[in-house]
Parts: sequence; C-alpha cells; structure tokens
Amino acid sequence: MKLLRLALVGPILVLAFRPAPLCGQEARLAIPYTQFTLPNGLDVILHEDHSVPLVAVDAWYHVGSAREKPGRTGFAHLFEHLMFEGSGHVPEGDFDNWLEAAGGDNNGSTDTDRTNYWETVPSNALELALFLESDRMGYLLASMSPEKVNGQRDVVKNERRQSYENRPYGMAFLKLPEEMFPSDHPYHWPVIGSMEDLTAASYEDVVRFFKNYYGPNNTTLVVAGDIDPVEARRLVEKWFSDVPRGAPVPPLSAPTPVLKAEKRVTLEDKVQLPQLFIGWLTPSYFHPGDEAMDVLARVLASGKNSRLYKRLVYDLQIAQDVSASQNSAALGSMFLVTATAREGHGLSEIEKVIAEEIAKIKNDPPATRELERAVNQIESAFYSALERVGGFGGKADRLNLYEFYAGRPDYFTEDLARYTSLDPRDLQSAARTYLKDDARLVLSVVPAGKKSLAAGKP
Amino acid sequence: MRRATRAVAALLLLLLAIPVPAQTAAAATANPDRSKPPALGPVRPLKLPPVQKLSLGNGVAVLLVEQHEVPVVQLNVVARAGAGADPRDKPGLASLTADMLDEGAGSRSALQIADELDYLGADLQARAGWDSTSVALHVPLKRFAAALPIFADVALEPTFPAAELERVRKDRLTELLQLRDEPRAIASVAFANALYGRDHRYGTPVIGTEASVRGFSRADLAAFHERTFTPANSAIVVVGDVTAAFVQRELEQAFGGWKAPPGIAPAAVPAAPQVQALGIWIVDRPGSAQSEIRIGRIGPPRSTPDYFPLTVMNTILGGSFTSRLMQNLREQHGYAYGARSSFDYRLSTGPFVAAAAVQTDKTAPALTEFFKELEAIRKTVTEAEVAKAKNYVALSFPSDVETTGDLAGKLEEQFVYGLPDGWLDSYVAKVGAVTLADVKRVAEQYVDPAKVAIVVVGDRQKIEPPMRALNLGPIRVQSVEEVFGVAKK
Repeated sequence: MKLLRLALVGPILVLAFRPAPLCGQEARLAIPYTQFTLPNGLDVILHEDHSVPLVAVDAWYHVGSAREKPGRTGFAHLFEHLMFEGSGHVPEGDFDNWLEAAGGDNNGSTDTDRTNYWETVPSNALELALFLESDRMGYLLASMSPEKVNGQRDVVKNERRQSYENRPYGMAFLKLPEEMFPSDHPYHWPVIGSMEDLTAASYEDVVRFFKNYYGPNNTTLVVAGDIDPVEARRLVEKWFSDVPRGAPVPPLSAPTPVLKAEKRVTLEDKVQLPQLFIGWLTPSYFHPGDEAMDVLARVLASGKNSRLYKRLVYDLQIAQDVSASQNSAALGSMFLVTATAREGHGLSEIEKVIAEEIAKIKNDPPATRELERAVNQIESAFYSALERVGGFGGKADRLNLYEFYAGRPDYFTEDLARYTSLDPRDLQSAARTYLKDDARLVLSVVPAGKKSLAAGKP
Repeated sequence: MRRATRAVAALLLLLLAIPVPAQTAAAATANPDRSKPPALGPVRPLKLPPVQKLSLGNGVAVLLVEQHEVPVVQLNVVARAGAGADPRDKPGLASLTADMLDEGAGSRSALQIADELDYLGADLQARAGWDSTSVALHVPLKRFAAALPIFADVALEPTFPAAELERVRKDRLTELLQLRDEPRAIASVAFANALYGRDHRYGTPVIGTEASVRGFSRADLAAFHERTFTPANSAIVVVGDVTAAFVQRELEQAFGGWKAPPGIAPAAVPAAPQVQALGIWIVDRPGSAQSEIRIGRIGPPRSTPDYFPLTVMNTILGGSFTSRLMQNLREQHGYAYGARSSFDYRLSTGPFVAAAAVQTDKTAPALTEFFKELEAIRKTVTEAEVAKAKNYVALSFPSDVETTGDLAGKLEEQFVYGLPDGWLDSYVAKVGAVTLADVKRVAEQYVDPAKVAIVVVGDRQKIEPPMRALNLGPIRVQSVEEVFGVAKK
C-alpha cells in the first residue's frame, strides 16, 4: 500500500453520480441498508453484498483531533494506535494474531472529525471481528497500561518523522492548519500533533479520552458484505449489548473560520525545487458551496486540459505539477492549490499564472464542457468506489461517511444532486465568493538558502 | 493511521487449522462468553468466475472474466516487454515509450486524447514494469464503446510527436532530480546499484538515468513500440460487466486490424551474480530525522519452484503485521513506524529486501535487530507460525481479486509469466502443501545475513560511528549525487 498521509482536514475526494450527458442506462448506484440502534446507543448499519466471501466491519468513533485539549495535540491519533494493543479479553498482540490466522486485515485512521477502524475478514470470521471490535469498545481500559502508552508513543513519533519530517515538503502539511485556522479553532493544529505534546501524553489522558468519547453512543458500526442480515444483527446484539453506554458527548461547534488578510509564509526544506501552496477557507462538508469547490478543483487542475495544468505544465512548462483540492471537513474546509516550480523558475512566476487563471473564472463562467468533464470524472470515481466493500474508502466506509456528515447512510442520490444541479455560473460565483486575494494563505517551501524563490508580494 | 504498509497478501485455500478453540453459544441477552474468541464457521469458498480465453481473427489472445457487480469495464493491453527489454545502452526506453503513448495517437493530439477520455470519465494508464508494458483503461460500461477506439489508437497507433517528447523529457529529468529529495527513493536506487552494479539492467531504475533520458530520440521510441507491441507478443485482458459475445465483437472492431510481423524477442535479462560478502553503503543525507535501511541479496526469478515456500516464509519474516520484523522493530522496540521484507519476483533474478525507516539515534541498534531476525528465521520456525502464515496468505485471497483492476492484474501476471490455466485454483493446494521443512529450507537458502548488501540513507555524522562499532563489515560512504550518477554541483 502506498504511504498514506494522515488526512489533514477530512477526506479529499467526494464522489457522486450524475446522469450522463452522453447516453442513458443508469443503474445500481444505491447501497441498500438496514439500520438499528442498540439500547446502549450504538448506531448499526448493515449492507448485504455476496460478490466475494468477505465481510467488512467498519466502526466510526465520532471523535478526532478537533476534540484535543491544548498541550495534547496528536492525542486522538495516539489513542487510535492504542486500540490495537489488546483489551480486557484479548491479550496484547492477539488482536492481529487472531485476525491474520483467520485471513483478515485491519487498519484505522484519524482525522480532525472522526476516527475509523476496520477489519476485512473472510465471511466465516465475522463473529471474530465483532468480538474483537466489541472488546476494545467495552474493555479497553482493563488491559491498558503506561507501558503500552510509551510503546505506541515511540511508534507514533516515528510515524511523524517518516510521514512529515523526513519527507520532502512534509513540514508544509504541519504548517498549513496552523496558518489557515485561527488559534481558537479546533483545526488549528495538525492531526499528527507536536513532538512535545506526544511526549506529554499520559496513561491518565487515555483513561479520560476513552470515557469521554469512546462509548457506543458516540459510534456507528457498519457491517457490510457477505452477510445474512438477520444473523449479523443477532451477532452484533450478542457482542455489543454488554458494552455500557458512555457519557453523552456534546456536539462540537466553532465559529466559521475566516482569514482576515492575505498571509505569506516561507519555509526552507531539504528539497531541490520550490513548491507553492495557496489555501482558502471554504464551506464545510455538504454545505452549499462545498460541491462547487469540488468541481472547481477539477476544472482547475484535473487533466491536461484543466486551466492550471494547461498553462503551467503543458504550455509554459515552468511547473512540474499542479493540483487543486477541496478538503472538506465538518467545521470548515480548505481549498488548496499546489504547484512545484521547475529548475530556473521561482514561485512568484507560478503564482502570477494561478492568479490569472482564477481571475478568468471570476470574469467568465467556465464552458459547459469543462463542467461536464469534471462531473463525469466524479461519477466514474463513484463507480470505482463501489468495487470494494471494505478498507479505506470501501462501501462500508462510505456508508459511515454519509451517516456521519450527512445524517443518512445511503446519501448517494442527494450527493448526486449536488453536482448535477450545478451550472457553470455556480463555479464562477463560488470562485468570486471564496477565492479572494485578500483572504488566503500563500505558503512557499524553498530549497534551503534560496528564499528568493518564494512567492513575493505581487 | 496505524500502519502504512500492508502485507502483499497472496492467494487462497481452505485451511481450517486456525488456533482458535470452539465456544458454546451464548444467548443474545446474557453477557457473551469472552473467555476465548468465538469459533470460526466453515470457510465459504470463493467462486471466481471462469477465465474465458478468446481469440481475435488476427490471433491476438484475449483473457476475459465477467464481473457483473458494478457497471464498469477494465481493459488492458499488455505486451511482454518492459524495462528488462531496454537496450543495454538505453535504460528507461520502455518506460518513456509507455509514457508517450497517449501524447498523440491516430488522428488525435495529446490534448484531444486527454479531453475526450476525461469527458468520458475514463481512466487511462500506460506503464512499463520490469517485464511488461501495459495500457489500461477503466471506464463505466455505458461509455466503454466511446472510449474504445481512442484506447486502441493509444495502444497501437502512437505518433510520438517531437514537441511532446521534449515536454515529457523535461518532466522525466525533473522527476529524476526530485528523487534525490526522497529518502525512500534514494535508498531503492542505492540498493539496486549495490546489488546489481550499474551495468546490469536491474541496477538502475525503471525510468532510467539522467544521461539515458537526455539521449532518447523519437526513432528510439517508435522502434521500441513497433518491436514489442505485436499481436504475437501481446494479450488483451478484459474484466467487467460484459459478455464474451460483446467483447469479441467490440475488440474485433477495435483491434482486428492489428497486424505486425512477430518482431524479435528481446534478449533476456541475465541472472545476476549473487552477493558474495557483506558490504555496507552509507548514503549521507545530513539532517535526516530517520535512516532508511535496506538489507538484502539477489532473489530467485518468478519461475522459481520455491515460490510458495518463499511466500509463506516471507509472511513470517516481514510480510504481515504480525511478522517478526514488524513486531521486533515497531512493537517491541519502537524504533520504526513499520518494518517489512519482500521478494520482488521478475523474469530474471529480482531482489530480496528487508527494509525500515528508523529514527536516526537507533540506526545501529535497529541493524542489530534486523540481523537477529535474519539469523533467527534460519534457525527456528514453529508449526504454529507456518499455519498462521498459510491461513493469512490463503484466506485473504478474495481481497486480492475483488475489483476489476485486481483481477486484470492477475490475468496480466498469468500472461507475462506464462502461468498455466487455472493457476489461481492450484494456488490453493500449493500454499496448503508448504511444510515447516520447506520454510526452513528456503530461509536457509535465500536469507543469508553473512552475504548481504546493506544500504543506509541518513545523517552520516550521527550514524557512522555507532555503525562502525557494530563491526559488521566494510563501510563505504556515498553522496546522494553519486547514487544517481551525477556530478555534485
């Protein structure tokens, strides 16, 4: 598997389906499900799919780095690691030993808003997966110890070194949230946290965090794949009913973040070429404007004919790459344009072209073909996502995503409508509203000693 | 994220010797019995749809698997010639040729190809590996017919426009420059140099070197394409929501006119001489937060009769989360976020490597732990470990053939390595047949820590003295520029 960076502010890709402007025949794009709630508050979603003898168990705890306290950044993710170290009835190491012996895989991830855990197992091992998932939900603390915290603290520090400190341009991803979100906003710090705060995390913190956020009433469990829904429900009830309800979790809110001026920041790194990041704050996940920014990202930087790629990489050949993304999250999103300058070129030159292209979209809506080209790509990505039942981004994960962000597991039709209803003028209007010159971050990463390559004031 | 590496799970079977005892049923209302994990039910066998073999009028072989869950189609044209077929003085030719296929084809320009395929929501990838070059299309079924003629032109009628070649050449040269920033890439390139030397094709990257990339001409690319993309040397792989009759009709129309002389089979990559003594290369990268470690030697080709014992042995050593290397370096010592080992099976002798990124101040202790595990796997392996690894490899197989892309990859493997029909089925029995004695034998034969190449990319000033104190063997120091064969500026 490719190395995955911790999501900065939520999943980047939003998938959707659009009735084809080309030809007819639409089908099979919904994900049928059943849903029930246990007396302890656990929200359960079941989906049947017998195409391969696999079952995906996917638990979303509705807590991420946004719930962290000052001085404890990175804690939600450190906690995620501890969930794999055994629980009341599972000796340390046996979570993985038992799953592997059954042919199963597992993993987890943390972002600002939620923490997810999944097991993909042969369908005969469904009950084993439910036992393991329920045991850590109910009995994690029974086997927690300061030694386990110390062990995973070292591992997580090495994850930080590997994914950020020792990776070209990696430090930019630690800087972006700090510069984009105000200091009183819960997205102000990176999910991976600071080394100092990881050092400070204690066993007592683990106990407190578990009691505050890891109750079944703060969790949604998806079981998808080669299941009999009646039997699956019986097994979920069998294994999760004895898990006690946790403390009620108050909803997290924050004032809409704003950038009040343009900020320019320069970092030096062990790199050959300078890289530019331009960030704007944009509407949160599934809020009006979020979808227009998704499509605008593709119009700007997906494919050879996209506005920025065509100018910077294809025609002028002054950039090695360019990308644009709407990074959607619950309490505010970030629209990010990134480009790497080729040898002999500085970031001011790159920034000027980006500014020109964004100005063009503000002045004239993009062509209908550009919009349709982007939406058709989004639709295809939606199909691809249906091909896998488990793992990151599989069907089980998507049911959980919709349930968490949109309030309904099968939100595909509505998600579709967000994109199909767009008109080229909506992209123009979104660019005018959100991509303001005087409310953005311009972050330059330059080779050590070459600050002159940074994007300067135009 | 909890882990960044995932075991390269191999294939199936029906082993039930899982070390999990049975339990008595508990009522849903009472607290369940947590004193032991629940018993597994009987394995539900994977029923793979059959591999259908079709043939076009011009003799092109087609491998088809119908998969009707999602209305998409995966279509790959694969030619049996990759970087291993690069002429001796032109490393990177296959890779650049593949990259140029969609930069102009038939009557369309690079921009037209991109615009039309993007508009169809089609994903097209052209890539050269060591042993093959593949052009792959993934597209919703409803747009398959519209994408097919463009795809066929890209695979068969590339025009290699001169201006696009110069643009892509710039991209390649910049990519090679950027590799010098990436510790993992530096380690891979330095390790290949150390194992094979620069004169062996496996000693430099698939994408070639700065010197070779500067030298390619349009004629080189056209000639390589003409030689390798021939009906006799290629196959078409289709997986998706289609039927045999449909595929036969559509492909006949798109590829039926593909005719070419058989071409000349490229010379095989020679087997590389085995590492005869332990050698250490430090690649100095001042200020590194971690050291990238690679330890290994030359492994067997894909055709080795030891493929299955090696797969099981490697799962135990460094091919799964519970593997010895992962448990030692990550869980026991916390030196690294992950540690792993792998055999890279190619037509000729690919590398065996054990690898991790470890924190700088633990570089020498981490090397000690690596050597402990490389020694230990040759001395002690238990029946329980072998049983767990066999189950893991076999029972996770459905995950490896779940998507159209997954399955197409397996069919490409079948064609490129000449695997027999039904190899996926026989895989079951062959994993099951691996014994403890087999695992011990291949560990002894292929993992010899006294004769390995060791590459460490890190902060020399901090790591060299403790590494010398280990007295493992002679240490040579290289700069990053030397690894990439370029003069230091």
